Amino acid sequence: MKITESQVRDVADLANLNLTDSEIVRLAKDMDEILTHMDALDELDTSTVEPMAQVLYQSDETATLRADEIVPPLGNETALANAPLAGAGYYKVPKVIER
Amino acid sequence: MITESLTIDQVQAGLATRKFSAVELAQSALSFAQAENPKTNAYLHFCPERALAAAERVDKKLAAGENAGPLAGVPLAVKDVIVTKGVRTTCGSRLLERYVPPYDATAVVRLEQAGAVILGKTNCDEFAMGSSNENSAFGPVRNPVAPDRVPGGSSGGSAAAVAQGTAVAALGSDTGGSVRQPASFCGVVGVTPTYGRVSRYGLVAFASSLDHIGPFGKTVRDAALLLETMAGRDECDSTSAFAPVPSYTAQLDGKVAGLKIGLPREYFEGLASESGDRIHQAIALLKKLGCEAREISLPATKYAVPCYYIIATAEASSNLARYDGVRYTTRANEDTLSGMYRATRGEGFGAECKRRIMLGTYVLSHGYYDAYYLKAQKVRALIAEDFRKAFTKVDAIVAPVSPFPAFKIGEKVDDPLQMYLSDIYTITGDLAGIPCMSVPCGKTSEGLPVGMQILAKHFDETTMFRLADAFEKAGGFAGSN
Repeated sequence: MKITESQVRDVADLANLNLTDSEIVRLAKDMDEILTHMDALDELDTSTVEPMAQVLYQSDETATLRADEIVPPLGNETALANAPLAGAGYYKVPKVIER
Repeated sequence: MITESLTIDQVQAGLATRKFSAVELAQSALSFAQAENPKTNAYLHFCPERALAAAERVDKKLAAGENAGPLAGVPLAVKDVIVTKGVRTTCGSRLLERYVPPYDATAVVRLEQAGAVILGKTNCDEFAMGSSNENSAFGPVRNPVAPDRVPGGSSGGSAAAVAQGTAVAALGSDTGGSVRQPASFCGVVGVTPTYGRVSRYGLVAFASSLDHIGPFGKTVRDAALLLETMAGRDECDSTSAFAPVPSYTAQLDGKVAGLKIGLPREYFEGLASESGDRIHQAIALLKKLGCEAREISLPATKYAVPCYYIIATAEASSNLARYDGVRYTTRANEDTLSGMYRATRGEGFGAECKRRIMLGTYVLSHGYYDAYYLKAQKVRALIAEDFRKAFTKVDAIVAPVSPFPAFKIGEKVDDPLQMYLSDIYTITGDLAGIPCMSVPCGKTSEGLPVGMQILAKHFDETTMFRLADAFEKAGGFAGSN
């Protein structure tokens, strides 16, 4: 057993994800099967291998930096247009700090 | 006007000879696509106003005797994970059902500047996560070749639209095979370019180190033309490559004699017999054209599925963290901030997204990072090294795209591991970041298309396209459409 239902609940907590009891049962089974399959990687000796974080090409160190010129931003109204709740130019969320 | 069989060349010829105007073509293509859509569910929504405005710009340029661009008037479908300003972009998710992006993806801007006419946005697995298009919140797509079967995924809607003829060409995205596998299932051409070849600006992020935008076309030339039009450095994506973009289409001379092609033995084990037969026939045709075929080995292949699903889910769990109910249209009403995040995500994401968020969070969590994520990054280096070595001996690699042809809707949906394993032949190209494509190479006895995969060195799309084009010209596609 790679993962228990209680561990699934802990991971869901880290992921900020509500799951129903039946989803937890199902995920414990699926994740157990998939994580067991992933153990195949242990067969490989990678002690001398550098990790590959991304596909890299040779280029000048600063080549990816664009010229430091001001370009017009989206603007407050446009940026907030998809907010479920906005007001006074800000995103609104449930109260976090009590006065 | 019949629009379903048109290629880009035929659109250009029709406009040049005034057989039709761009507006007439856009109107016909839109009404045909809208009428046909219930058969496949390939499009999620259409954007007629934008299409007609683009077509009018083309007609105006043509009337003034100006160059209207290499894609003038071409009806195009765009996968709904690529943002379009003012046109809803849902990513196949309930969470983004009402999301209207405030900007266009760079690929979209470049194609429209070249005259393309975007008809609408295509269905896909939620956030591009899936191999069958069954993970869309807006219903599965049916394969136009066999309506009881999946079109593949995740870019199933784009592949189906091109196969059905409701778009001349389309854009998809590929993270683990999401362009090539649906192209093979639907019998069209699908291309995953070198990582960084096309800007990812405006491609909604799934796994950033693996995500690519790629074109679909009915012919190799159409796909190559789309790619050369949208490729190239973009300041808005720091990972987009500086390498100059050659004209691929100018080099499609059909001459491939002497080209060395590698057949990786690990890709021919466990292949469904009929799919294998079609690939072997295709290889025989390539040899007839003068290619030298030789067996090669890519020994790390058997580790590709676990490696990919660790890296892809880890990156996905980070990328999907932004859907928290604050910025993107959908929010569950809860009294606390934390409760609001959790309920929004719990209600909004479908089963496959939840599975990947959970796996990704797990492999990145304290105590497991080295065992899973770091290990997978090292294995990724081994997979890339396999290809690097192979390309010192051969010019291109030829392999299957999928172990089997299109499967029935519902057949694999309850077995996520089996679904993941079906990506075995496509995920390696994404992990290495090399260009790869699927070209049709015939059908099974049941009439299901089979795709042949061609892989090449970083930035050597030219060799890949030349081989694919020679194969097509020699009749290799016969029986696929």
